[in-house]
Amino acid sequence: MAEKMALAKAINESLRRALDADPKVVVMGEDVGKLGGVFRVTDGLQKDFGESRVIDTPLAESGIVGTAIGLALRGYRPVVEIQFDGFVFPAYDQIVTQLAKMHARALGKVKMPVVVRIPYGGGIGAVEHHSESPEALFAHVAGLKIVSPSNASDAYWMMQQAIQSDDPVIFFEPKRRYWDKGEVDTEAIPGPLHKARVVREGTDLTLAAYGPMVKLCQEVADAAAEEGRDLEVLDLRSVSPIDFDAVQASVEKTRRLVVVHEAPVFFGSGAEIAARITERCFYHLEAPVLRVGGYHAPYPPARLEESYLPDLDRVLDAVDRSLAY
Amino acid sequence: MTVESTAARTPRRSAGNKAGTTGTKRTTSTTKKAAGAAKSAEPALVQLLTPEGKRVKNAEFDKYVADITAEDLRGLYRDMVLTRRFDAEATALQRQGELGLWASLLGQEAAQIGSGRALRDDDYVFPTYREHGVAWCRGVDPTNLLGMFRGVNNGGWDPNGNNFHLYTIVIGSQTLHATGYAMGITKDGADSAVIAYFGDGASSQGDVAEAFTFSAVYNAPVVFFCQNNQWAISEPTEKQSRVPLYQRAQGYGFPGVRVDGNDVLANLAVTKWALDRARAGEGPTLVEAFTYRMGAHTTSDDPTRYRTDDERLAWEAKDPILRLRRHLEAANHADEGFFAELETESEALGKRVREAVRAMPDPDHFAIFENVYADGHALVDEERAQFAAYQDSFADEDGGK
Repeated sequence: MAEKMALAKAINESLRRALDADPKVVVMGEDVGKLGGVFRVTDGLQKDFGESRVIDTPLAESGIVGTAIGLALRGYRPVVEIQFDGFVFPAYDQIVTQLAKMHARALGKVKMPVVVRIPYGGGIGAVEHHSESPEALFAHVAGLKIVSPSNASDAYWMMQQAIQSDDPVIFFEPKRRYWDKGEVDTEAIPGPLHKARVVREGTDLTLAAYGPMVKLCQEVADAAAEEGRDLEVLDLRSVSPIDFDAVQASVEKTRRLVVVHEAPVFFGSGAEIAARITERCFYHLEAPVLRVGGYHAPYPPARLEESYLPDLDRVLDAVDRSLAY
Repeated sequence: MTVESTAARTPRRSAGNKAGTTGTKRTTSTTKKAAGAAKSAEPALVQLLTPEGKRVKNAEFDKYVADITAEDLRGLYRDMVLTRRFDAEATALQRQGELGLWASLLGQEAAQIGSGRALRDDDYVFPTYREHGVAWCRGVDPTNLLGMFRGVNNGGWDPNGNNFHLYTIVIGSQTLHATGYAMGITKDGADSAVIAYFGDGASSQGDVAEAFTFSAVYNAPVVFFCQNNQWAISEPTEKQSRVPLYQRAQGYGFPGVRVDGNDVLANLAVTKWALDRARAGEGPTLVEAFTYRMGAHTTSDDPTRYRTDDERLAWEAKDPILRLRRHLEAANHADEGFFAELETESEALGKRVREAVRAMPDPDHFAIFENVYADGHALVDEERAQFAAYQDSFADEDGGK
């Protein structure tokens, strides 16, 4: 049944469904219980499933992920919340050194079905450490899968799939889109978790994005259309693995690619996409792959974030530069 | 047993427990006062067997080994001797180039065998990389431990086969896994317990502090078993803590106890006590086994750069195997035939390990790409195919020869 709901609510409904379906699913994190999380994503879950299933943890991120690993070894499927992007680094060691490698170290004899939810990205006027986009720091690590939904329906279904995955999934939630509403059909049959989707077909240039930047790219395509340019918008949905086949197919048609993300451009996912697509589509490209993203500077204070984040004009500028080749 | 504070615990010292003379590095004081962090004072420790092999009474812990038989004692002795023999063989194999590295447990046999034999089959162990004696108790084939040191895998045994998790090299991380596992036991309504091994060096890690916090908050059935072997590579325990490590538990609200780490009987008793607490829903316990790393940190280490022979010799006098042998002999619990038979068994174990390691094949190149993910990953598939194509490019040349 399709219902219109905010992206945060879609994740809430998805968690509720998972908790209901599988007694091994547990939700844990700081303030996820009575408060329902600082963004209310876990609102009401502890009330309905109890403190043993929806666990308020001590304020210690390494402890949250480390104990989730132990729970997974015991047969549980923990979904942990890191309260904000910039708070994940105390847990980085447990994620990179332990969570990502455990399956391989055990030669496949144990599985790590752990979902790490991270509200990420800027645009909400937050204080320091509350607006970062660290996805590339995780994508570099074998053993992890990285996804980021851009809309309510994907948020619902990708969460279902992430929880069902026997691999650890870092689930980046676009916090500035938490309140954006969209249709969610809870009886739909979702596509594969790591496949990209063409959200707007076009012929002149491909815009590839994920998470919060997909909506921006759709706005860019609308604006470009007014100038007679027909842009294709690709929602990558997954950052590890990246659906290069989908990007390749699009670029072979449009011959131009601009990758957009909030994370810094330097060593960002756009760099990897540019390199791979240059390899795959060398003779199709009419222009170098361009990237629009954050700068090689700490995420700025809120009053400056509009200048730091990709916006309509900056992406259009990149589109112009690409088309000028 | 109710939860006791560490302050209540320190006066436990009973007849025969000579603080400051047994299992302590400094012999300047006999004070047993826990508070005050007096650096020169070493607190009392639980001891049931003196270095001379004399059984001493302990009102609190005797009951945990009350039903132990002569056969059990011989069994503990055998465990320690065979573990040491295995360990010596592994060191030799490293010197011969068969292993890349070895982390010897020499001197820590009593702490590991005593605690390891306190466990039930359904309990779960989270080791560091030095728990060869515990692995032995769990029934993990010793040759399985050598794969990672030879460089053919990064662990590889089935953790659930013997409820013995993979070795953890980054120190302290596994204490959180143990705590999470223990939280799961509570959720399952089971009465199993978890034991997490770590060392004096790891006690400084934030993860250990977080494991103490989580286990206390959730009353998790976990025993934190710290082998304080006095040295974190080259750094003495004084570089890790101003207070005896077992006292850290007090701040987290669960009991801590120091045990003579070279006394297998005391380690057995104290660990049983701690496991009983866990099973009874009384939560975590910290056990500090006060012992000594008689060898190097690993085969890459050179302890002559940072510690004296005198110190090592003082600890050799407290050797865990020697003291149980003295006890067995004095009590007439074992005859020459037993020791001779064990010697034969030891040599056979050494031979078996040696042959198994030498026969251990290098893994197939494509193992690089195996088990990176449980559900697969497009990039791994792509790179495996590229690697295969690259390998195949040599096959043509070989075929032409």
